[in-house]
Parts: sequence; C-alpha cells; structure tokens
Amino acid sequence: MPKDHGIGASSKRREDVRFLTGKGQYTDDINRPGQTYCYFLRSSVAHGKINGIDTSAAAAAPGVVAVFTAKDLEGVGGVPCGWQVTDKDGNPMKEPKHPILAEGKVRHVGDPIAAVVADSLAAARDAAEQIELDIEELPAVIDMRAAVKGGTAVHSEAPDNICYDWEFVAENKAAVDEAIRGAHHVTTLELVNQRLVANPMEPRCAIGEYDAGRDEHTLWTTSQNPHVIRLLMGAFVLSIPEHKLRVVAPDVGGGFGSKIYHYAEEAFVTWAAKKVGRPIKWTADRSEAFLSDAQGRDHVTKVELAMDKDGHFLALRCSTLANMGAYLSTFAPCIPTWLHGTLLAGNYRTPLVFTNVKAVFTNTVPVDAYRGAGRPEATFQLERTIDKAAREMGIDPAELRRRNFIQPDQFPYQTPVAVVYDTGNYGATLDKALELADVKGFAARKAASKAKGKLRGLGIANYIEACGIAPSSLVGALGARAGLYEAATVRVNPTGNISVFTGSHSHGQGHETTFAQVVAEMLGCSESQVDIVHGDTSRIPFGMGTYGSRSLAVGGSAIVKSVEKIITKAKKIAAHLLEASESDITFANGQFTVSGTDRSIDWGTVALTAYVPHKYPISEIEPGLEETSFYDPANFTYPAGTYVCEVEVDPDTGVVEIQSFVAADDFGNVVNPMIVEGQVHGGLAQGIGQAMLEGCTYDESGQLLSASYMDYAMPRAADLPNFVVDHSCATPCTHNPLGVKGCGEAGAIGSPPALVNAVVDALAGHGVTHIDMPLSPGRVWEAIRAARH
Amino acid sequence: MPKVSMTVNGKAVSGEVEGRTLLVQFLREGLGLTGTHVGCDTSQCGACVVHVNGESVKACTVFALGCEGAEVRTIEGMANPDGSLGVIQAAFQEHHGLQCGFCTPGMVMSAADLLKQNASPSEREVREWLEGNICRCTGYHNIVKAIMAAAATLRGEQVAAE
Amino acid sequence: MYAFDYTRPASLAEAIEAMRGDEAKALAGGQTLIPTLKQRLASPATLVDLTGITEIRGICLKDGAVSVGAGTRHAEVAASADVRRLIPALSHLAGHIGDPQVRNRGTLGGSLANNDPSACYPAAVLGLGATVHTSAGRAIAADDYFQGMFTTALDEGELITSVDFPVPEKAAYMKFVQPASRFALTGVFVAKFAGGVRVAVTGASEGGVFRWAEAEAALGRSFAVGALDGVEASPDGMIGDLHGTPEYRAHLVGVMTRRAVEAAA
Repeated sequence: MPKDHGIGASSKRREDVRFLTGKGQYTDDINRPGQTYCYFLRSSVAHGKINGIDTSAAAAAPGVVAVFTAKDLEGVGGVPCGWQVTDKDGNPMKEPKHPILAEGKVRHVGDPIAAVVADSLAAARDAAEQIELDIEELPAVIDMRAAVKGGTAVHSEAPDNICYDWEFVAENKAAVDEAIRGAHHVTTLELVNQRLVANPMEPRCAIGEYDAGRDEHTLWTTSQNPHVIRLLMGAFVLSIPEHKLRVVAPDVGGGFGSKIYHYAEEAFVTWAAKKVGRPIKWTADRSEAFLSDAQGRDHVTKVELAMDKDGHFLALRCSTLANMGAYLSTFAPCIPTWLHGTLLAGNYRTPLVFTNVKAVFTNTVPVDAYRGAGRPEATFQLERTIDKAAREMGIDPAELRRRNFIQPDQFPYQTPVAVVYDTGNYGATLDKALELADVKGFAARKAASKAKGKLRGLGIANYIEACGIAPSSLVGALGARAGLYEAATVRVNPTGNISVFTGSHSHGQGHETTFAQVVAEMLGCSESQVDIVHGDTSRIPFGMGTYGSRSLAVGGSAIVKSVEKIITKAKKIAAHLLEASESDITFANGQFTVSGTDRSIDWGTVALTAYVPHKYPISEIEPGLEETSFYDPANFTYPAGTYVCEVEVDPDTGVVEIQSFVAADDFGNVVNPMIVEGQVHGGLAQGIGQAMLEGCTYDESGQLLSASYMDYAMPRAADLPNFVVDHSCATPCTHNPLGVKGCGEAGAIGSPPALVNAVVDALAGHGVTHIDMPLSPGRVWEAIRAARH
Repeated sequence: MPKVSMTVNGKAVSGEVEGRTLLVQFLREGLGLTGTHVGCDTSQCGACVVHVNGESVKACTVFALGCEGAEVRTIEGMANPDGSLGVIQAAFQEHHGLQCGFCTPGMVMSAADLLKQNASPSEREVREWLEGNICRCTGYHNIVKAIMAAAATLRGEQVAAE
Repeated sequence: MYAFDYTRPASLAEAIEAMRGDEAKALAGGQTLIPTLKQRLASPATLVDLTGITEIRGICLKDGAVSVGAGTRHAEVAASADVRRLIPALSHLAGHIGDPQVRNRGTLGGSLANNDPSACYPAAVLGLGATVHTSAGRAIAADDYFQGMFTTALDEGELITSVDFPVPEKAAYMKFVQPASRFALTGVFVAKFAGGVRVAVTGASEGGVFRWAEAEAALGRSFAVGALDGVEASPDGMIGDLHGTPEYRAHLVGVMTRRAVEAAA
C-alpha cells in the first residue's frame, strides 16, 4: 500500500493553497513605501558605438526622479562571470567587462543604455523616449560560423570572437583520430541545437531599497539562488559587505535556469535606491524578457562515431561552436564544456572521446544554462548520431544501444570523460520503456496510419545526466569560482515543531512539501509539524540555490545531516532525562526509549527540555535544539533513462502529431512520486517544445525575430499528449544519504532526440536522414520535398 | 483623472484611473488584488484571466474604464465562503495541476468559464479550451487531469443536489 | 502605452461625433489594438470605446442574409443558432479565432477594420461576398473593401456598423494555425453559391486576403476535390517568415482549399 506520509508518499503540496487563492507573493506583488519605478532604455541596434547620450530632457520630464547612464556608475563593477574555462593552450578564456549600463558600445539589441527612475512606470517610459541617443551602427556579428573568421569583433579583446578554444579529452585526441581512421564504419552528423528562451511565466523583477539609518541594502528579486546574488553583487559589483546586504527571493514563478544569474537590473536598482533615497522597482515586460533574460543552447556541432563491424562504438569525435552571446553570463562558460563534454560517453562504453568546443561572442543576448544545460546538447548529439548509425549499419536502434550499454556489474564506471558513474541499469529502463510503448504493436499501428495517408515513426533515446551539482573540489579544479555545497539549519522549537532553513530555493519544485516529508520521516512526526523556510539571506544560514537538479540530492542531504545531529543531541537529552546511558537510547516514531525496557519519553518532552533546561546535562551540552550543516557532495548524481516517442506525420502539411510518449527514468529513490512525475511532465513539455515548436531567430542585423509570444511558439495544452512516466527502475545513488539522483531536467534532456528520431523514422522511406529543430510543419514539409528531389 | 466603479468579488469598489489603465493594473495596483498576474504583453499567456460579467477575459487586454459598472471576479473570489478551496482549486491541488503557481490563477479562472459552459468536456475539449493559457511548468498533463476531475465533482454535486 | 483620453459613447451618433476629434481612434474588442498600444506603436489622442453601443451588436436575418452587427463578439457569432443553421462555416471560423478569452472580447468590426493579413474574418467576408455597412451609410462589397494588408476602403473616422453575409449552398473554412500567435498561417474559406464558387485565402499573401481565381474557376466547373488537380497557387507574393516560406504557404493554400472543399461537400 502506498505510504500516506513521509518518504515515498505523494503528499499534496502545502504551497498550493496560497497559489490557488491568489495569496502567493511574487516579487512584483511587493510594493514598498515611497517606491519609484525604473525603465531601462535599451539598444535597438545589435552593435554600435555610442557617440553621445543626452538625458537632459528626460531628466526634466514630469514625474522623473533621476536618469542614469554609464558615466554615473563610476566605481561600480561589471556583471561578473562565475566560471573560468582554460583553453587548449592553458590560457584563461577572454572575459570582457559586462557593464551594468552600456559603456562606449552597445553589443546586442536590448543592451541597457540608460535607466529612468520616476514616480510611475508610465512616467519613466514616457521620459525615456526623450533621451537623445547618438549611436553609430556597426556591422553585427550574428552567425557563429562567420564570427570565428574575424573581421568585426564584438569585443576588442577577442578579435576572432573566440572566448575560448577548448579540447577534451586532449590526451585522447590522437587515439580518437586513429580509431576513426581505422574504423569499419563512421557515422557523421552535422546538427544544430537551436537557441531557446527559457520563458518562465513570471517575468523578472527586482526591487532595491536602502535603509540609511542602518546603512542596509535590501534587494527583492526573482532568483533561484539569493545567496549567490548576494555574493556576486555584493562582492564584485557594488562592494557591499554581506552583513549590509539582504537578498530576498520570495515566491518565484519558474526559472528553468534563467533566474540563476546575476543580472544588471538587480545591481542597478540596489545601487540607485541609495542614490535616489527611495525604493526602486523594475519589472520586465515579456518583450523585455526576450531581449534581456539569458537564453539557452545554441550549439552548432559535427559528430563522428566510429564503430566496428558489429556496431561496437570505438570512438566519438565532436566539434562544437557554442554561442556565448554578447557578454559572459554567470555560468555561461561551463555549459558547453564541463556540463557537456563530460556527458559524451552517454550510457555507453565508448572507450575514446574527444571534443573541441569553441565559445563564440556574437551580438546577441547572452546565453547560459537552460533546463538541462549542456547535457541536452550532449544527449542530442549522441542519440541522433546513434540512430543514424543504426540505420546505416542495418542494426535495430534499440539493439545497437543495448549492445554498447555500460553493464550493471561495471559500476562504479570510470568514463573516458572524467566522470565516474556510481550506479545505473540502462537495459532496465530500455526494456521498461519499450514495454510501456508497446513497441511490439508498432508495425500494425504504422500500417493503420499508412492506410490513412499518414507516416508513422517510432523514436528511442537514452540519456544520462550529471546532477546534484556538485563536488566543490572538483568544480573548483574545473574553473568554478564558488563551492557548490548546500546549507541547512534545522531548528526544533520549544514545543517540538520544526523550522527548516534551506539554501535550496523552490520556484515550482515543491520543496516546502518534499523537504518536510524527509524531516517527518526521520523524526517520526507529522509533516504539518515541519515548516520549510527558503529564499531570504537574512533567515537562511547560506545557500547555493536551486539548479542542475540539485535540491534534494544536495540541499536535502544537508537537511538530513542537520536532522541527524539533532537526533544525536536529543538522544543525549533523553538519556539524561531517562537516567540511562546514551548508547542505550533508541529513537523511533518520535519516542526515545531505553533499549530493552518500556521506559521512554516523547519528542515533545525532549524539545521542551532543550529550551527549559531545568533537568539538563548542562555541563555536557548546550541548551537549545538547532543544528546547521553544510553538505558537499562526493560526486555528481547520474539520473538516466529511456524515452520512446511515437509520431504520425501528415506528408501533405508536414504536421507532426505525437501519438504517445513514454519516459522510463531512473532517479534513484523517490521522496514524492507525484511531484517527481510532475517534474518529468514539465521537462518533457520543454523538450518537446524544443523539438517541435521553439526557436530563437535573429536576422542578419541582429534583430530578434522571435521576440514575443506572437512568434516564439510556446507549447500549449493541445500540442502535447498525456505522458506515460515510470520511475520503477531505480538504482539508488550510492553516495548521498537519501539515495536520490534528481529529476528536474531529465524530461528536457531525453525528449528532443526521441522525438526527432521518431520523425526521421517516419520519413526514412522518403529518404530523410535529419531535420534540424524545431520540426515545424514547414521544415518537415521542406525536408520531405528536398529528399524527393 | 476619471473615476471607475465596479463590483469585484461581490464588493463595490471604485478608484481613479487613467484612460490607459488596464483592468489588471487597477486590480493589482489599485485594489491590491495581486493574484491576477501579468506574464506577457501580447495577450497570449492568460496569467491575467478574470471574469467580467461572467465571461473569462484577459485583464491585460481590457481597460479599467471599459469595466465601468461591471461584475468582476478574480482568483481571490474563487474559494468557498468558509475560506476552503473551491472545487476547481481543490482539484488543482489534488492532481498537482500547478508548480510555480504563476499561471495558476488564469488557469483556474479559464477552467471555471469552460465548466460553466460545458459540464462534461472531453480531454480534447479541455486542451483546446486552454489555447489562451500558457503554463511552462506542468506540461499541462495534470492541469487537464485536474479540470476533468473538477468537472466530475461538479456534476456529482449537481446530481446530489437534485 | 502613451496617454490618451478615453471615451465610451452609448450610441452610434455619439461615436461618430467622437471620431471627428483629432487623432481619434476607435476601440472595438481591443484584442489587437491594446497590445499595439502597449508596444507604443499607436498614439491616439482619444480612444473611442465602441463596446457600449448596443445598436451595432447582435445577429439578425435580413433579406435572406445573416446580418452581424460590427460590435458582435466572436463567441456570440460562434454560438448563434441562426449562424450555425445557415452558415455553419462562419460559426466554425468565429469559434476558432484566437482563444476563448479573445473570442469573448474581439468583434467582427474590429477585425475587419484592422484587416490583419493573417486574420480569419476577412476570409469569411471575402469568401461569402459579404457587404460591409458603415456609419457613413455606405454598403461596401467585400471585393472592394479589402485593399491590401491593414488597408481597407474605410475613410477616416468611418465605422463599420454591420456585415451582411449571403447564405451559401455549402461552405467551409480551413485554418492552418500559426503555432505562436494562433492567427492563420494560411486559412481558406470556400463557399458555393448557385451562381458560382468563391475561394478566399488569408494568412498567405503579402497583399492580405485574396480570392484565388484559378481555384474558383475549377470548382465552378465541378465542386469536388478532383477539380483542383493540377491547380496550384504560385509562391510569388506569398509571405515568407519564421513560420513558413512562400513555397510552403503556396502549397498550404492548395491543401487547405482541398480540405475545405471536402469539408463543405
């Protein structure tokens, strides 16, 4: 029987009540006394030299409090980058300054030039129109393949627009070349992993406030990691010490990566609130979000897979151009390198892997992590190439994969790309997915489709990802400028209820429910006795935030550590009260019992005694019952799985209809199955969105053509099927206390290749071997037509 | 500045607005009803859906002055009189039809309009009705499930009442 | 949005008067105009909200035609029993414009006055050979009304009051939706009358809604899908954008026309 509370139960989400009644508190719902509003005047050209800015008319406009440009920001640092990649020659990447407001040049459409602070947003926007700009337009660098040839440079520091030229695994290069030269067969595929916009439904918002009496700054912001913002903004941009800077990320309406980063607008409102002496609110409208939120993906890649005559993988060689956009966003350099190159072994025993990644500056919006971040790109490369290889070799695509799987008895498995997989069973998820998708019945369904004039296809994709980011010592060696542990304080209050302060941040993931389940399980109490607090640097000890499917694996583990310390201390108190030896005390179901006796006391008595220590071992332990832990993971976690997609294509229009979608995932242990399944559904929708609908397109001059929901196609309810999801093939993580792996990104990683493989399968009879995403009806129709000719 | 009066969630309200003040701005900034959200500026996302005179509309694409004398209902007016979750709200919680919660008020208001017009929608009809509501978190799977379940509950209640 | 004065006349006469003001602009359902105002792409001095005028709202039968008031909302046209009975294709079209919330606000008159090249209503008006009545007392034939994208025969300040749709023997509208905006990437309205067949295409052409003469001629000879064999639309002058090339749109015009004939037959 399924559990009704604690670990393994599908507990209903407690946070839902406020969201369902309109009582959530998102940043834009907050208004501060005396608040002003900020509007950023942004560049309308992709690349230009600023010859002059005249703000005098705007400053005199009705309702305007102040107008600022770069020259007012002297002494303010640029937006920092949190990761330094070293290139193939051992040199640090090119890291040009990313100013808060454009200095001398504008480098993408949307680059902020001036900020108007006024009594109302309308007044600020009205006044911004009166700013006179003298900008000399320069040729725009848009296409990466052209950019690396030099000519026009986005930054003078990088004349060929290359931020870094990275090789991995460099010492394998010659061996990979050799293996490819001598192989029985080499499958080659050139593909594009198109640029996406994360598009959380809540646009970004930031409110800055300064308390002159206390010399304290507060920033409310739409962030996935308020402590990271405090660290980056305080230390690198504004020189505000942590104890004078509070960052609050209240309810946040989705992030998907785009709210990890420190953005210029956050720093500006924090800085300017002190200058103008009033709070300042900035809220992006959606059009502004398209021009200022860091975007995702944008890789152009060539893949070569060498095989022996039986289809055993011998070597993989990849070469990628990765778009950085105009400036380096917080984690941008690590996405196409350490979150991408290290996943190129996939679920397979490929002994030799080499990849070259050139990161390229262009006059476009900066690119950074978006749900999956590097891992979807790696998975797409591998799984599309393997599918093509299967066709070329005449081997069933499932069989080719199975033949190359890392076997269950090979774990822990040292891949040739640095990472060590702790555990997994890839054959199990493949079998499960094929069974759930009724692959045996596919031929009959295909025939039925054909009778209707439709083309049916089936696509399989495996994925593996590195989650639970990440061991600090490892990422430090790879260039991270921060540790990636997580912190948690567990406070048992005097009457026995529990407040948990976590550095993880929930913006849809349901931490308030899941974390409470973990604590309730460990302490044998009801979930309602546990409250989860997050998102405020003034309340939480520290935190690195939520991204990379890390919250439960890393943040949850920190909570577990603290609860363990609580139990240890509580046992001491109980031993004292029961006049027994500490080693004789057992704790179960909220009761402390002297082993082998019926003598016990309850949790509440121990908690109260900790705060009213009249009868207390005061010489041995302090009063109170509160513990803080920092958990630094020993390894990444490696969720993996198999996705199977079945589609029907209308050859007359190119319309692709998803007939079924099956996801069999190995997430290790699962705390709340309902929430885990919801995470998979959402990830699948985003992956299917990438595969079929979404794409960010710039024209040659750098104007974003897909700049609103009129042109950027978001998946809607009628675009998607009901999903079949399964997480029964679990191999628990071996190195964190909960045995969990993380589930937030899987859906977005595994689904694009499954869907594209299905469509290519449907069109194989027409001679189609590849279509770049998104597989819009127009592109599918063009592919059929091109293959016919 | 012109004055506008309307009934919001059963209460008579009024306030001064500009011609360009949208209904959603009046609700959020004028009345402090921040449950209605703004997720786009091209009238696609539906985070701002409210009911005006019983019909679902996008509050970001209606002027406040155009609602003079209107009956407006927002997410804040959807709970039962005792404060407990209404049928649709409860179904969203029961079936995990929300994650970040930002699109949720619009989803609930849109669903309420559907179920008023069609007590027994098919799953396809629910999906097509949601054309004007974008969710980035759930993949819609559980939203559809929640609305179907709410429809069943509402039908059951009507049967019981007869 | 730029600031403007807002007025909501209660009668057509008051609206006509208000429209005489400098830089006055009519607001019908607002589902296109309000987003346009938000982008600061229009700056009227006065916005004349027509939603309070009951005399231009509603559906009635007039001389064998279905007369739809300009202020009638899409949802009302979709739900009208008369429209469903007499011109089900028009009901279907109105029921698939935008989304339910857009249909609860958007109006026939607003759509026609704007004449977006991807809007659905122009295809019905042109495909059915409807007559557009205006506040200036004019009755404009559909063939004269549409004058290229966002351009119509309306004079400055002239408002649409109603549209009379003749009842066809058979008709159907096939919309291929643009996945982001939900406008028509290509939409084809086919109507068969005793006197001939009309085929109107929206979403495809840089010139806005147009009649496809070759298809009309072929279907006039025989109202059957087979009659369209070998009849192809030319990509010349078709829209090319993120969502489809001119060639794709031209191809879709053919496919949607065939499907409309099938649905109507």
